[in-house]
Amino acid sequence: MVSIGAGVKEPGSTRQNKTGSWRTFKPTLDKETCIKCVNCYMFCPEGCINKDYDIDYDFCKGCGICEVECPVKAIKMERE
Amino acid sequence: MVTKVMSANQAIAEAVKLANPEVIPVYPITPQTTISEYLAKYVADGDLDSEYIMVESEHSAISASLGASGTGVRVFTATSSQGLALMHEISFAAAGLRLPVVMADANRALSAPLSIWNDQQDSISERDAGWIQIYAEDGQEALDSILMAYRISEDKNVLLPSMVCIDGFILTHTVDPVNIPAKEDVNKFLPKYKPDHAYLDTKKPMSIGTFTDPSYYMDARYDMELAMERSQEIIAKAHTEFSEIFGRDYDFVEKYRSEDADVIIVAMGSICSTIKDVVDELRDAGEKVGLVRVRVFRPFPKTQIYEALKGASKIGVIDKNVCFSIGGVLATEIRSNTGLDVSGFIVGLGGRDIKPSDIKEIMEKTKNPTKQTQWIGLKKEEH
Repeated sequence: MVSIGAGVKEPGSTRQNKTGSWRTFKPTLDKETCIKCVNCYMFCPEGCINKDYDIDYDFCKGCGICEVECPVKAIKMERE
Repeated sequence: MVTKVMSANQAIAEAVKLANPEVIPVYPITPQTTISEYLAKYVADGDLDSEYIMVESEHSAISASLGASGTGVRVFTATSSQGLALMHEISFAAAGLRLPVVMADANRALSAPLSIWNDQQDSISERDAGWIQIYAEDGQEALDSILMAYRISEDKNVLLPSMVCIDGFILTHTVDPVNIPAKEDVNKFLPKYKPDHAYLDTKKPMSIGTFTDPSYYMDARYDMELAMERSQEIIAKAHTEFSEIFGRDYDFVEKYRSEDADVIIVAMGSICSTIKDVVDELRDAGEKVGLVRVRVFRPFPKTQIYEALKGASKIGVIDKNVCFSIGGVLATEIRSNTGLDVSGFIVGLGGRDIKPSDIKEIMEKTKNPTKQTQWIGLKKEEH
């Protein structure tokens, strides 16, 4: 049963929609190579990389911007 | 309660004043313009306490209506023809979000060729948008229908927007006596709108208009279908209570001397006044003819139409619209929903005058039915 007009009365319920399932290419970060420049954290359009450089695969759609922006090539995109 | 001589546009503005919507986003367009002018004047003069938003297009008018209604307040807008076509996208959204916006449409032909004159193609083309549609025959009915439209749309069992359609120029710019109900009576009939499905409250936040994936969309649309079906009962109740409070009777269809008629003409809007005159004339001459006027077009009153028509041996349906290669929309829908054989006639497109002699021609042609939709009033030498 959808609510009348499909209104949503639960704040933050978008989190239930795990958009990581859309991903075709998965980024992996080699923390040994990483120089902690914060580029990937800053450029990730989904906010899926935190300040400890952990990637949130529940919501990462695999756009690959982090791989492009990484100056030391510590991030690799691999087909899932 | 007072009776004044006025145009249907002014009658609609008077109805809006009585319904007192909180927000009125409206963009002027011929022949609706005087509705927006009257409302602007009422607000400027302090006679109407509404937020009047001067928007830059009809797309904005309906978008602002949707936004305002989504905050949980009563809203009015009005348009015509190209303006309604420009609203098309948001019309579907307003219905889908189940926002009880009420809109007046001054029926006018759609371009091209560009025309400012009357036919009903504009609102008929919005028939699938999920709006309730009411076609008025005169100024009084226009006023009354606006009040009923709010009552119907805002009912918790309906929550669909309504469009009250009046024929451009024929009703919008001609005057007849209109009874303006007393505010206390209107308040009795139309209580304050208090939604619990779409509102703006920072303590109880909600989102409307969100993205839905295929696991939700179809059910939401089916709920609209159920709401449209339920609206029949709510409309019937509104008619009854309106009659009790204001003493004027309305129904889904109006039966004019059709009870024992052999030949029945079916039509919508102001043309029905012309048809009534012709029916009277032919009845005086001993012909058993009658009119069935379809007032509520959405929800489509299939049972009421069938009951009104089943006794007739010949039925002619008049449309001021055309669905190319199909025929008139009203005729097509009556055929498919009642199973009755009807002759379809297209008249009055782009303001082509419809004279009593045209109605008589239609009645004659109805007596000798053909499968082909017939266009009445064409300049014969050119076809």
